[in-house]
Amino acid sequence: MEPRTLFQKVWDEHVVVQEPDRPAVLYIDLQLIHEVTSPQAFTGLRERGLEVRRPDKTIATMDHSTPTLPKSLWVIDDQAKAQLGQLERNCADFGVELFALGDSRNGIVHVIGPERGFTQPGKTIVCGDSHTSTHGAFGALAFGIGTSEVEHVLATQCLLQRKPKTLEVRVDGQLMPGVTAKDIILALCAQIGTGGGTGHVIEFTGSAIRDLDMEGRMTVCNMSIEAGARAGMIAPDETTFEYLKGRERAPRGADWDAAVERWNGLRTDEGATFDKTVLIDANKLEPMITYGTNPGMGMHVGESMPTTDSFDDPSQRAAFEKAMAYMDLQPGEPLLGQRIDVVFIGSCTNSRIGDLRMAAGVFSGRKVADGVRTLVVPGSHDIKKQAESEGLDQIFKEAGAEWREPGCSMCIAMNGDNLEPGQYAVSTSNRNFEGRQGKGGRTFLASPLTAAAAAITGEVTDPRSLLLS
Amino acid sequence: MAQFTTLTSHAVPLPAENVDTDQIIPARFLKVTDKNGLGDSLFCDWRYLEDGSDNPEFVLNEAASQGAQILIAGNNFGSGSSREHAPWALVGWGFRAIISTGFADIFKSNSLKNGLLPVEVSSDVYKALLEAVQLDRSTKITIDLPTQSVTGLDGLEATFPIDAFSKHCLLEGLDQLAYLLSFDGQITNYEQERT
Ligand code: SF4
Repeated sequence: MEPRTLFQKVWDEHVVVQEPDRPAVLYIDLQLIHEVTSPQAFTGLRERGLEVRRPDKTIATMDHSTPTLPKSLWVIDDQAKAQLGQLERNCADFGVELFALGDSRNGIVHVIGPERGFTQPGKTIVCGDSHTSTHGAFGALAFGIGTSEVEHVLATQCLLQRKPKTLEVRVDGQLMPGVTAKDIILALCAQIGTGGGTGHVIEFTGSAIRDLDMEGRMTVCNMSIEAGARAGMIAPDETTFEYLKGRERAPRGADWDAAVERWNGLRTDEGATFDKTVLIDANKLEPMITYGTNPGMGMHVGESMPTTDSFDDPSQRAAFEKAMAYMDLQPGEPLLGQRIDVVFIGSCTNSRIGDLRMAAGVFSGRKVADGVRTLVVPGSHDIKKQAESEGLDQIFKEAGAEWREPGCSMCIAMNGDNLEPGQYAVSTSNRNFEGRQGKGGRTFLASPLTAAAAAITGEVTDPRSLLLS
Repeated sequence: MAQFTTLTSHAVPLPAENVDTDQIIPARFLKVTDKNGLGDSLFCDWRYLEDGSDNPEFVLNEAASQGAQILIAGNNFGSGSSREHAPWALVGWGFRAIISTGFADIFKSNSLKNGLLPVEVSSDVYKALLEAVQLDRSTKITIDLPTQSVTGLDGLEATFPIDAFSKHCLLEGLDQLAYLLSFDGQITNYEQERT
């Protein structure tokens, strides 16, 4: 047999029908649902008189517009309430398991899937959410879909898909202290741009990827979409199996052994080729930060922003100038020392226990700078409990940060957690688009270390200066 | 889904690159439970001033833009989130086609399911069309799906790619779910073989 890539193996396994000149009918092993992108899909099912074909392969959560204050302080606007209510009704009517607001298993969709063991190597996983790429960290083929496609999968457990191309992102070497998984993926976005991976599925390979724990791998795959790729994948290995073993919905006993044997075959064969390869030298990476209004506008935290002249292409220059105007920053200047108003530590990119431990390491024994609002929002109730059992919540609170209930929160600013117009934030989330964290708000994307360091100093800071002292 | 065969219309020029879905429709408008009525929120943060009145500087508010069914947009249009609200909002405003040098994957796939045609052209063709439209806002562009061609002034004509299946669905106004449902037997076989 021809040598195949990891992607090709998972793809081949799931093609139900491939007619000439038609997209493949691709079987989906798991669909994740949330309140924002699913209502119209269920309405479509009702209008056509269809059932959910496999409720057992469908799970739902509430995360985007849910409050992150304690229950007694919940404010949920009427529209969000109606949307949450509709999800509850839809799940009840169609027999879909729901981890509702208030449920101890609730959390951000891309956090609870892996955490509960639903996410497994070799599965095809979709969700009406572009950061579904997160689940590729386990060697699953996982990607975001639109609401029409959510309906397709609900009705048929299949999707019509044209086969994407493959892009290998090889990260060799070793990360220096203070440099994290987030910096790898921000560096990739800066290198290939937000459209660089369009039409491709990324496989991340190389020693620096192998050395990451599952949380780091999820951070990397999570932002594949920010480089334009619908999916990012990492071949499963002992680190993957170790993470999954014993999780609520992971296989057990003899099933587990059989699964591991199968999963061990999920790697790119020697001699298999990718359509494109991009190399990143981990040894040379430094803490990254974005300065502009898309995740590709990033640089080492100590660098100066580009000058307008450095863009030859007129439309790229225009985009840069527009971004600088929105951010109210001067081209060619450094970002270090730029004052900030808010720090957000959370989102499906960086809200897991390892992320919180990293941030707590910086906060420990220190105080948040005067005038800086700091929100720490765990990705799920499980993570919140774990963090509290380790005393991390105390570290955050003593430093002067707000310790919140789980949810998407200020990543997307649908629940009342948002930036005010003109405010600057260092955020561990994934998008720095205009207005993403609140109308008129300005976002610098960075790792939990860099975000925590900014909270302490009140300005953009190289976290290594605090780690060493 | 609405059929698409041939469209002739004046166009709205929006040359910004990497226009993301948060600009097309900000997240605070995603709390709806149906697809309709999103046209008013299209490009909301660029389109309206602080007090809610129209921003006269934004191209969509210009008199010459009214009634246009074609948007000419910079590279990598629709990057970011998977929200189908983006094409719903564009269609809600009245657009039926977008001309660009490149589209984000999920946005493109969502558009094709809503009768909104992504027309991908070379950067030369893009520039020529953009200039013509910026020079004279009443310039008409014709997009012909059967021949996969786009025609502007002065005999400017170019072809654009589209996969055979999406083209077929657009021309017939077919919705893809009906096609998928026709494989019910094969899907059942697949499920049985795997368990
Ligand atoms: S945390 Fe942000 S990016 Fe992740 S699912 Fe929620 S809104 Fe989307």
